[in-house]
Amino acid sequence: MTINYLGLISANDLPASFTKFFVEPVSVGFPSPANDYLESPIDLNKYLIKNGAATFLVRVSGDSMLNANIADQAILIVDRSLKPKHGSIVVASLDGDFVCKRLQLKPRLCLLPENSKYKPIYIQHGQDLDIMGTVTAAINKFE
Amino acid sequence: MKFLALVDCDNFYASCERVFRPDLKQKPIVVLSNNDGCVIARSKEAKAMGIKMGIPWFKVKKAYLAQGGKVFSSNFALYGDLSKRVMNILNGMVKRMEVYSIDEAFLDLQHIQHSNQAYEFGVHCRNTIRQWVGIPVRIGIAPTKTLAKVASHVAKNQKGGAGVYCLSNKKDIANILKTICIKEIWGVGHRLSRQLNQLGAYSAYDLMQMDIRLIRKKFSVVLERTVRELRGEPCIQIEDHSDPKKQIVVSRSFRGRIDNLDLLKPLISNFAVRAGEKLRHEKQKCSQVSVFIATSRFQKKLQHRGFNSFYFPHPTDDTRSILMGANKALKKTFKNGYPYAKAGILLSHFSHPTFIQQSLFQAADHQYLKQDTHLMRTIDSLNSKQTQIYYASQHPAGLSPIQKQMVSPRYTTNWWDLPQTK
Repeated sequence: MTINYLGLISANDLPASFTKFFVEPVSVGFPSPANDYLESPIDLNKYLIKNGAATFLVRVSGDSMLNANIADQAILIVDRSLKPKHGSIVVASLDGDFVCKRLQLKPRLCLLPENSKYKPIYIQHGQDLDIMGTVTAAINKFE
Repeated sequence: MKFLALVDCDNFYASCERVFRPDLKQKPIVVLSNNDGCVIARSKEAKAMGIKMGIPWFKVKKAYLAQGGKVFSSNFALYGDLSKRVMNILNGMVKRMEVYSIDEAFLDLQHIQHSNQAYEFGVHCRNTIRQWVGIPVRIGIAPTKTLAKVASHVAKNQKGGAGVYCLSNKKDIANILKTICIKEIWGVGHRLSRQLNQLGAYSAYDLMQMDIRLIRKKFSVVLERTVRELRGEPCIQIEDHSDPKKQIVVSRSFRGRIDNLDLLKPLISNFAVRAGEKLRHEKQKCSQVSVFIATSRFQKKLQHRGFNSFYFPHPTDDTRSILMGANKALKKTFKNGYPYAKAGILLSHFSHPTFIQQSLFQAADHQYLKQDTHLMRTIDSLNSKQTQIYYASQHPAGLSPIQKQMVSPRYTTNWWDLPQTK
């Protein structure tokens, strides 16, 4: 049998739930002063998602919303329960394709890109537009 | 008056396929069963093309695709997630509900007294689900479950209606029931309806008018309840806890045909192993294992459908016992030379693992039982990771993956399958 030494484990490498688990048994002499103040770890889901049943994730392809801090491959949090307003960033289906744009309701119905390389899309009569939901956040990953 | 609502998703699997495919709006959609065998869901447009429920895919494939129809293998990850969302929304709207199936739920509308309020609630409920999840539903509202089913049926067939129908006053109920065939009523099957026809009852209204005592004497208490429910007396309660499973089935259709016991045995073993895992996951023990084998329905000669069971002296959740029982049952039912196309395993007669019926002739050895659970638990936990522990009688390829050639992305449950913008 061979044994490989992989190195020391630091508490920082463990998931939060693990750390919490051995708070009590580790200190034999003194109970941890933090015990009475234990809180559940910060939960990104809670921060990003208000209405789970109505929230969907959508991946962006393209840079047409770059100036709204939505980069190519960003993950959008889309809440279908929020009524889209003038100026909301929305995911809409336009003639069968999903697009992410800023919604303009007045003076004319229009989907606005946030990048000068792209032109506004004015909705013509006979075009099929459905707003899927309002974009409440975008996650851009850097690494 | 108290009201119940039945919320029923329209053509649920087909509607799910459409949520992330806006290009499929108003296009015919069918969804196929596991192994892409039969049609198990159809959009309104596919129904209009005359595609029948349950028809083998190969029979309609050519004509259907030629007319521009879309087809999907079943994607239960997607359907399950969207179903959960629908049920969560409903759960937030009422105090009590019963999830009746993946696409149906009964709601207790105890907070509502008047039928117009009930109707408005139905419309609100329908709009919310449509907006939040993108799934169309229809809603039947009535004083009893059986009548709510009828109301949902009416809501479905209403042309240009709101998809909500409230059945409340006696006159309305009588008029609607006159238009509905007995066999359409919840809990009345083909056999019962034929017997009732012989007594001169054809419509649901006829059934409602029958003498309760006669029904109980000639048929059953179950049918008596149905009749009372049609009259507006609630007899079937909303069950807000789900019963534990009563049986476990693992089955597959084969890609080729198998006419040799030695080739079939390892496959049956694979089913048995999978069934054992499911059984332990449900924390149950079974007293019976059954094996069924069948030749293809679509070849005329050499038809055989076999079914045989093995009973265990003590309820068990040990895969080794299940394998032993399954092999004995298979040997009894197998006939040499028949081209089998499908086989499966059924575990039944469950009891809770901590409850062990003592056999009259064999003393239960608790030490032995305890060791068993440890071994099975260890194997389950190893198999759930990357290691695979096989039983000697298994087929080395494991359980053949279900064939799904036209499956849609798992839009809501997999990072790599998220819907994309253009």
